[in-house]
Amino acid sequence: MQFKTRNFDAADVVLEARDLTVTLPETPGNPAVLKGIDVTIRAGETVCLVGESGSGKSVTSLAIMGLLPDALRVAGGTIRLQGRDLLPLSQAEMRDLRAARVAMIFQEPMTALNPVLRVGDQIMEVMELHTDLSATERRRRAVAIMEQVHLPDVERIFRSYPHQLSGGQRQRIMIAMALVLEPVLLIADEPTTALDVTTQKQILALIDELQKGHGTAVLFITHDMGVVAEIADTVYVMKQGEIVEHGAVETLLRSPQADYTRKLLKAVPSLSPREARPQAADAVLRVERLNKIYGGGGILRKLPQAHAARDVTFALSRGRTLGIVGESGSGKSTVARCIMRLIDPSSGRILLDDADIAGLSRAALRPHRQKLQVVFQDPMRSLNPRWTIGESLIEGPLNYGTSRADAMAEAARLMGVVGLPADALARYPHQFSGGQRQRIAIARAVMMRPDVLVADEAVSALDVSVQAQVLDLLDQLQRDLGIAIVFITHDLRVAAQICDEVIVMQRGAVVEHGPAGEVLAAPAHPYTRALIEAAPGRSWDFQNFRAMPEVRHAEPA
Amino acid sequence: MAQVPQPTSAMQPVLRALRLPHLGAGSKIAALVLAVIVVLTLLAGWIAPHDPLAMNPMARLQGPIEGHPLGTDNFGRDIFSRVLIGGQLSLIIGIATAVVSVLLGLIIGMIAGFFRTADAIIMRAMDALMAIPSILLAIALVALNGPSVGSVIAAITIPEIPRVVRLVRAVVLSAREEPYVEAAIALGTPMRKILVRHLVPNTTAPLIVQGTYILASAILTEAILSFLGAGVSTETPTWGNIMAEGRLFFRIKPELILYPGIALSLCILSINLLGDAARDMLDPRLKKRAG
Repeated sequence: MQFKTRNFDAADVVLEARDLTVTLPETPGNPAVLKGIDVTIRAGETVCLVGESGSGKSVTSLAIMGLLPDALRVAGGTIRLQGRDLLPLSQAEMRDLRAARVAMIFQEPMTALNPVLRVGDQIMEVMELHTDLSATERRRRAVAIMEQVHLPDVERIFRSYPHQLSGGQRQRIMIAMALVLEPVLLIADEPTTALDVTTQKQILALIDELQKGHGTAVLFITHDMGVVAEIADTVYVMKQGEIVEHGAVETLLRSPQADYTRKLLKAVPSLSPREARPQAADAVLRVERLNKIYGGGGILRKLPQAHAARDVTFALSRGRTLGIVGESGSGKSTVARCIMRLIDPSSGRILLDDADIAGLSRAALRPHRQKLQVVFQDPMRSLNPRWTIGESLIEGPLNYGTSRADAMAEAARLMGVVGLPADALARYPHQFSGGQRQRIAIARAVMMRPDVLVADEAVSALDVSVQAQVLDLLDQLQRDLGIAIVFITHDLRVAAQICDEVIVMQRGAVVEHGPAGEVLAAPAHPYTRALIEAAPGRSWDFQNFRAMPEVRHAEPA
Repeated sequence: MAQVPQPTSAMQPVLRALRLPHLGAGSKIAALVLAVIVVLTLLAGWIAPHDPLAMNPMARLQGPIEGHPLGTDNFGRDIFSRVLIGGQLSLIIGIATAVVSVLLGLIIGMIAGFFRTADAIIMRAMDALMAIPSILLAIALVALNGPSVGSVIAAITIPEIPRVVRLVRAVVLSAREEPYVEAAIALGTPMRKILVRHLVPNTTAPLIVQGTYILASAILTEAILSFLGAGVSTETPTWGNIMAEGRLFFRIKPELILYPGIALSLCILSINLLGDAARDMLDPRLKKRAG
């Protein structure tokens, strides 16, 4: 692992926050969201702020930008930008500073860009507000910065609207907007979280390159330790509004001092694959030449088609986990939804215990539904917000004739299994955290005693430590009940942790299929290799605070 | 965390809307005015000093005199009694229209939102219905069936249905993509149950708001229809046909239009204000859940 080891002691201090305290004055007790934190960022330095959700990372960045929501107040401390105290400044003065001196990029470039303006005009608008450059000069500089962020075909993209660009291109536009006025500080709030790994790698490289070129200080907010290992000079670890530890990246990753940092690093799933479990003779789920084609209808002329899944074939036996890995648009969720029969496959067979369910009608499918359950990505939306947990859990068994009392008793038992109190049954989803809700969703699926569980990005929305707990729960249930799991994920680390077998998908087609150990350690297909290479921090063994043993690569096929 | 909320989940938005202390001053006054109007019209049979149809040619077009606090009309009928009794039918038509159009719209909208094949057909039919001007439809219906309460309700309801259908369909279209609905499908929950138990509750908040607007506009449309002579027969007083009759004597005695007009305006204004209050109260909750 090549860490950044530059020393910034001699560099100018760009931003210095001292004893910064932010509170929630309207909430009873005036709780502190930031409890007197100190952060120093020097010119040319990349400071990573890491922590789980609710740790106060984003509040820190918003406080620096002067963009705190109304409910939050800075209760104490100072924020100095190049020696100038920002807190006493008026809204108008802050507005002048933003973009000109401090710029910010966000997680979701689609919502941060105005959908009805051409992106070129949006870049020019920044200059219009903060400089008195002429229109031609603004345009010249906009094109120049777009070239610097390596956008292809700049003239065309200049005239494009945000929706016509890819996620990576949109984030490049955001970066161009942020840097066009040469700010001294760039705040990047999870800028690559919504992007695919290969795109993430490019964006991280771009930020690095521009930083070197312009000498900008970067405050990079992330929850991803891999990203931290790749780009940080200095790391601040936050927990519940406090900085529990900070230091140079290598020191912090090699010998973390705080318990919390150790816990956080231990929770990072390892990229080295788990030991595969024995394969039973007969498969409980067999998918044969599954195809899903969208579009193609139309009365007068044929509409364009999209081949979302092409000849997907696999077999899965009891007690094993099959991972389907790929980036967005690879068709992995399409496969999951076809198996669940939430959408109808265009062709192919889905054999569940030797019964083909691919073409069954809604009614004929009902008896099979029981054996096939699903856990979705978004724990906020996968439970009906108007129902108590108990109602949600017994919905399935009631459909299949279990009595209410029996179902409730089973639900209470399962609450214990997934580690929630029994009185949770009478409560509503909004009273639980994301991780707890995901456990509830898993319990709901297990209530049906399924043979196959489809987990569609089931841990992607969770913090790493919670992610680890949920993965453990799945593992335990699988051992106890012998469930076969189809695990859809974009995260190779997660796949390595729990999958016996891995399918790699790209643009609807399976490009590689084999035991997890082989596919991840010795990828045969260039795309798999690109995916693994793009996984941030892949050569660092976070859990053991050391470099990964050399991974051997197969020769290119 | 320990407290257990009431398990009246589907009714929560309604209960919340009814919690009066949260209302602003304007909405409180509106609620009071509406309550007074409703009580007065409900008790009209007892309060009204005269038979609203009893003519008295000797006392035509009188100003406020003893026994006739608001005066009399061109047939010598007591205006006060007529406005009170007239309110009954106006409110009945308004409420019936709101209830019928919301219920029908809900059912049709659920089907359109959930079943793709039905959607195309239903929505084209709804587009066609929306293209018919409601006043013209009313005149046509009344011409066919005679000026009955039923045909007036039908005439006002039919053009309102597409609006409700579109609203419900939009809510169902977004709600049925929710993972919890897909999870219910995976749990083998029958379609009927998914519609009723998972999807209908999502429509309550917008429908309460839409219902109040329909109520107000139906009362108004009834008045317009009566005014044009396409409404309920003049033997049964409604605010609309009292005004319609009164317009002939508008120059001599503006009160003939003024009093039913005031009752009508107050009623619609207060219903609309309450509808706005309901919308404001139900909206933040929706926003919070989306965020």
